[in-house]
Amino acid sequence: MSRTPLDTVEHATATPDVELPWAELGLKKDEYERVVEILGRRPTGAELAMYSVMWSEHCSYKSSKVHLRQFGEKAPENDALLVGIGENAGVVDVGQGYAVTFKVESHNHPSYVEPYQGAATGVGGIVRDIIAMGARPVAVVDPLRFGAADHPDTKRVLPGVVAGIGGYGNCLGLPNIGGEVVFDPCYQGNPLVNAGCIGVMRHEDIHLAKASGAGNKVILYGARTGGDGIGGASILASETFDDAKPSKRPAVQVGDPFQEKLLIECTLEAFREKLVVGIQDLGAAGLSCATSELASNGSGGMRVTLDDVPLRDSTLSPEEILMSESQERMCAVVEPEKVDRFLEICEKWDVIATVIGEVTDGDRLEIFWHGGKIVDVDPRTVAHEGPTYERPYARPEWQDALQADDAGKLPRPQTADELRDQVLKLVASPNQASKKWITSQYDHFVQGNTVLAQPEDSGMIRIDEETGLGVALATDGNGRYTKLDPYTGAQLALAEAYRNVATTGAKPLAVSDCLNFGSPEDPAVMWQFAEAVRGLADGCRRLGTPVTGGNVSLYNQTGEAAIHPTPVVAVLGVIDDVARRTPVAFQEEGQLLYLLGDTREEFGGSAWSQVVHDHLGGLPPKVDLERERLLAEILIAASRDGMIDSAHDLSDGGLIQAVVESALLGGKGARLVVPDGLDAFTFLFSESAGRAVVAVPRSEEVRFNDMCGARGLPATRIGVVDGDAVELQGEFALPLAQLRTAHDETIPALLA
Amino acid sequence: MARVVVDVMLKPEILDPQGQAVQRALPRLGFEGISDVRQGKRFELEVEGPVDEATLARIHDLAESFLANTVIENFTVRVEEAAEAVK
Repeated sequence: MSRTPLDTVEHATATPDVELPWAELGLKKDEYERVVEILGRRPTGAELAMYSVMWSEHCSYKSSKVHLRQFGEKAPENDALLVGIGENAGVVDVGQGYAVTFKVESHNHPSYVEPYQGAATGVGGIVRDIIAMGARPVAVVDPLRFGAADHPDTKRVLPGVVAGIGGYGNCLGLPNIGGEVVFDPCYQGNPLVNAGCIGVMRHEDIHLAKASGAGNKVILYGARTGGDGIGGASILASETFDDAKPSKRPAVQVGDPFQEKLLIECTLEAFREKLVVGIQDLGAAGLSCATSELASNGSGGMRVTLDDVPLRDSTLSPEEILMSESQERMCAVVEPEKVDRFLEICEKWDVIATVIGEVTDGDRLEIFWHGGKIVDVDPRTVAHEGPTYERPYARPEWQDALQADDAGKLPRPQTADELRDQVLKLVASPNQASKKWITSQYDHFVQGNTVLAQPEDSGMIRIDEETGLGVALATDGNGRYTKLDPYTGAQLALAEAYRNVATTGAKPLAVSDCLNFGSPEDPAVMWQFAEAVRGLADGCRRLGTPVTGGNVSLYNQTGEAAIHPTPVVAVLGVIDDVARRTPVAFQEEGQLLYLLGDTREEFGGSAWSQVVHDHLGGLPPKVDLERERLLAEILIAASRDGMIDSAHDLSDGGLIQAVVESALLGGKGARLVVPDGLDAFTFLFSESAGRAVVAVPRSEEVRFNDMCGARGLPATRIGVVDGDAVELQGEFALPLAQLRTAHDETIPALLA
Repeated sequence: MARVVVDVMLKPEILDPQGQAVQRALPRLGFEGISDVRQGKRFELEVEGPVDEATLARIHDLAESFLANTVIENFTVRVEEAAEAVK
């Protein structure tokens, strides 16, 4: 068998009838026909490789785009927003000349195949997004979802994921300050590994990815390119397209955090010396993505010589080089006279850097290999003008039955003993138990600026040592609520993250989201997605916090069974002086406990219904965003003026979960009294939104009450910080030691 | 007592940061002419009783499920003759 000649543009024009394996590369027939129409000829193998990865769901957002537009259309006016949606990450003004960029992304599928490397490279990817904005990464967070805690596969996936996040983040020297761990059988086979990162810069240092100016050089720097994560491209590399074999290349990428650390320092030094015109990190779709996006964000023309790309494996074909997802690589556009200095900086940091092409006058992206032109495309058609689908969506038939299955009708505890037993069962359940075994594998305090980390309501980082200026980040998402009502569920995730930020004393500013759903080809899933996006966009407008960017992960589904729709929402807030923060832990005996907000009989999707009855049905708690705003204002003012010494937001598990956590963290008990108008069960377990429990020093009680009264926020005195037990007067007392055992031992027993 | 050796190596296409670190260190230490280094793991298993096909199959199983991560690593199993000679 003779080797197929290099598939150049010339060759493709001359051989229009050659059948390309477009289906194997994931393109639909009409998508392939569209490529042929755009080019006016059949694509070359390399062009097909580029179009197929860039038009994939992951890169093109083809199913989600029509809905995501709402984030822009409904965006609230917000002076703090410096760079909005569409860039690598959004940028927010936090005052004193500082800007903060943050984003959450998913790395779900790779983390299921190879948990350690999948999770590690997820951290690496989000960190590169942040440095591509010219910001110094200062902290990471990791919202995680796994299958049932006692399932054997969870024991394979979770420790690998946690070790991968810890291994990569700790080596990089970035504190891990937040995130969540949630177990639910719906994530069996589809764990969610989301990763977020916060970066800090001065206003004047904001950089956007673009490549203008003919003659500017395109420099690829970082790791060599190997055969990582190319999957389907190997089909193109086989001798003829007919003898396509199963991929010999692994889909797994391996990360090298020390290389990433060098990339951070090297990139920020180049920024500092103003050597960079445009920059792009190489993530999904590797060079295909970086070249086409850089070119189309600039004037459009770019010429690249693929032979100049430093390779780890010399047998790679040009298609594979274009699709490789080798980690720790970046692409910069640099003016010719600054190239030498740029290369010098790379050499100083031991980073391989190579000029692989230049910006041209035209509007074509041309790529050469062994002297032949193998790509000649309009880069916009690759990067931005991919297919867009208006996928059909329909409210599933089972939704009504699910909502009618009211959790309020479940049998409730009848005696004080039953109530006590259910409290113990709740705080020991995998979702409510302490996650210390997991989070203690991450370094929280490296760099010395961490103010708050798990299990606080939000992570908080100091960004200016002199003034104490800091930022807080909280991530939340409740798949159970969202399954019951996607519109409300997404707003509850937003409201909870918003509340969590305010509970620590920071003012919420902006939102990033990671939308994890099943297959968009299922109209029921698409309906969940559409409703969740609509809910989130409406919610952000009402709260005045714009969505600055994020990520969509679809196809989280095994066979017919999709995961619960899981929009994970991250809210970023700012605090003028981190010394004024409010912690979760009870500080002093004798302080008065106040419950803020209204408690209703709301148990749909609650932790209680899951833990005690293994039930999911009814409606999730109601959302009142005006109330959330008011509650946040009160919490921030109380923190600033020293009226509260601890605060904890009420969410899954309800009041008793919050009080037990504050008590265990502070090593101080609480005596609680059921307020008038409520029964003990509803008081303890209801998950009504818009609530928090705060500890008020006696000297501040009058002032605090006056403030709540004047602003119209219900504040009910429910007890006092006292003793070494959590006691509900007239019902039960649980010694802290017993609660601690129940709360702390669950996770190590299942996973250690 | 016989010794069975299991060698575990990252698959050739997989990035090996440790091997690269070694390779980069070599010229600094004056060792020239090494173009690539890949680092793996070697397990020496002391087996009770004779090493027959059934034993090797068992070791193959344990290597596949525990010693190697076959998503990113290859492994080989062999009986080390020298160890038997010493006995």
